Amino acid sequence: MENLDQTLLERFREGDRRSLSRLLTRIENRDPSVPEILDTLYPRTGDAWRLGVTGPPGAGKSTLVNRLVGSYRKKELPVGVIAFDPTSPFTGGALLGDRVRMETVSQDPGVFIRSMATRGHLGGLSVGVDEACDLMDAFGKERIIIETVGVGQSELEVANSADTTIVVLVPQSGDAIQAMKAGLMEIADLYILNKCDRDGADHAFRELVSTVSLKAPEDGWRPPVLRTVAEKGEGLDEVLKAIQEHRQHIIDSGSLEERRHARIAAKTKRFVEDGIRKKLWNEDRNTRRVKGLASASSPYELGEQLIDDFYEEIRHERR
Amino acid sequence: MSQQEEKKIRIVLAKPGLDGHDRGAKVLAAAFRDAGFEVIYTGLRQTPDMIVEAALQEDADVIALSILSGAHMTQFRRVLEKMKESGLDDVLLTGGGIIPDEDIETLMEMGTGRLFGPGSTTQEPIDYIRDWVRENRHDG
Repeated sequence: MENLDQTLLERFREGDRRSLSRLLTRIENRDPSVPEILDTLYPRTGDAWRLGVTGPPGAGKSTLVNRLVGSYRKKELPVGVIAFDPTSPFTGGALLGDRVRMETVSQDPGVFIRSMATRGHLGGLSVGVDEACDLMDAFGKERIIIETVGVGQSELEVANSADTTIVVLVPQSGDAIQAMKAGLMEIADLYILNKCDRDGADHAFRELVSTVSLKAPEDGWRPPVLRTVAEKGEGLDEVLKAIQEHRQHIIDSGSLEERRHARIAAKTKRFVEDGIRKKLWNEDRNTRRVKGLASASSPYELGEQLIDDFYEEIRHERR
Repeated sequence: MSQQEEKKIRIVLAKPGLDGHDRGAKVLAAAFRDAGFEVIYTGLRQTPDMIVEAALQEDADVIALSILSGAHMTQFRRVLEKMKESGLDDVLLTGGGIIPDEDIETLMEMGTGRLFGPGSTTQEPIDYIRDWVRENRHDG
């Protein structure tokens, strides 16, 4: 490891927030130093509870997150937040605006908020989200909240990264309730109907409860449906209580262990695949991939040749 | 990890002080985004503490202030001081608004980057920021 990295890690371990910030950037940039750094910090991870917050745009996700952070801070738990907004596929730019609604907690030294752009990744998150959570975990954050982008129906991935997944809806989310049938339904550990001071809240609540009740409980857990007005902090105590109950439930049922193992397995798989891909597409093979079609009769034939070469190369290296 | 991503320019765009006019800031935010930057928009009525804290947590390359209230001398100075305190000495402080030329000169002598007064296009700060980041980007 380079000296620069050593110093950075040392500062990180001492609790220097700027070092945390710098390392998060490296994860976002998929810097080559990241695996080694995370490997070093790995023993420090595993203590944080990871909450995923997802739902359609305008449901009040950021406002709710702001409230949750405030509640955890009252208990003096260190909190990390990773809030996602979409990257424009046309310009590569992004407007990250979630801090605006987290103003009341953003000045607290026990809170670290990082806005991230999806950078071309679908699913409401970015590729480095697990690693970013690990880093915050290693930094000593005991609660980590991941807020997905609010684009509709594609943000189911957060359930893979979170221990407890919260789906936030509003009385007007008729479409989102439709969407739940196609996925949101499977990922929620608890539902929040936010902005319940609005017209139609009772009706929407009943509808949501009835939709949710159609689904058989998974691992003995039936996701509760809660009503909130996050803006005013109403219903927050019940949300905290439900998170706590879910937490206890998945610890007791062994499902947490399973989830975490699945997460580690997925991470390992990504690491292996990335490593192999890097080795596979060396300059020589890339050139042949582009130019080779002239001599090969089809992409499949050329593909077979390239795979054979790759294996041959590895056998040669092993000798 | 697979191939390294291109390093994005991250910029905290803030509207310090008490005036509630954020149209200019929003126009800039959109222009920066369209230029391919990652723009962290912090909203209205930001204090220097809030702005610098956001830049630290977001690992911003640049802080841009939009100031129309006439309080630019105090605001820029206090943000500069706070940046020094927090060790953000490799972050560019730039901005714009209704700032007279002689004030721009004074502020730049104090340590801000280029500032953009009335009549500037959105392209000018974009080009300036790109060049600055290319030459000064911090490592790590």
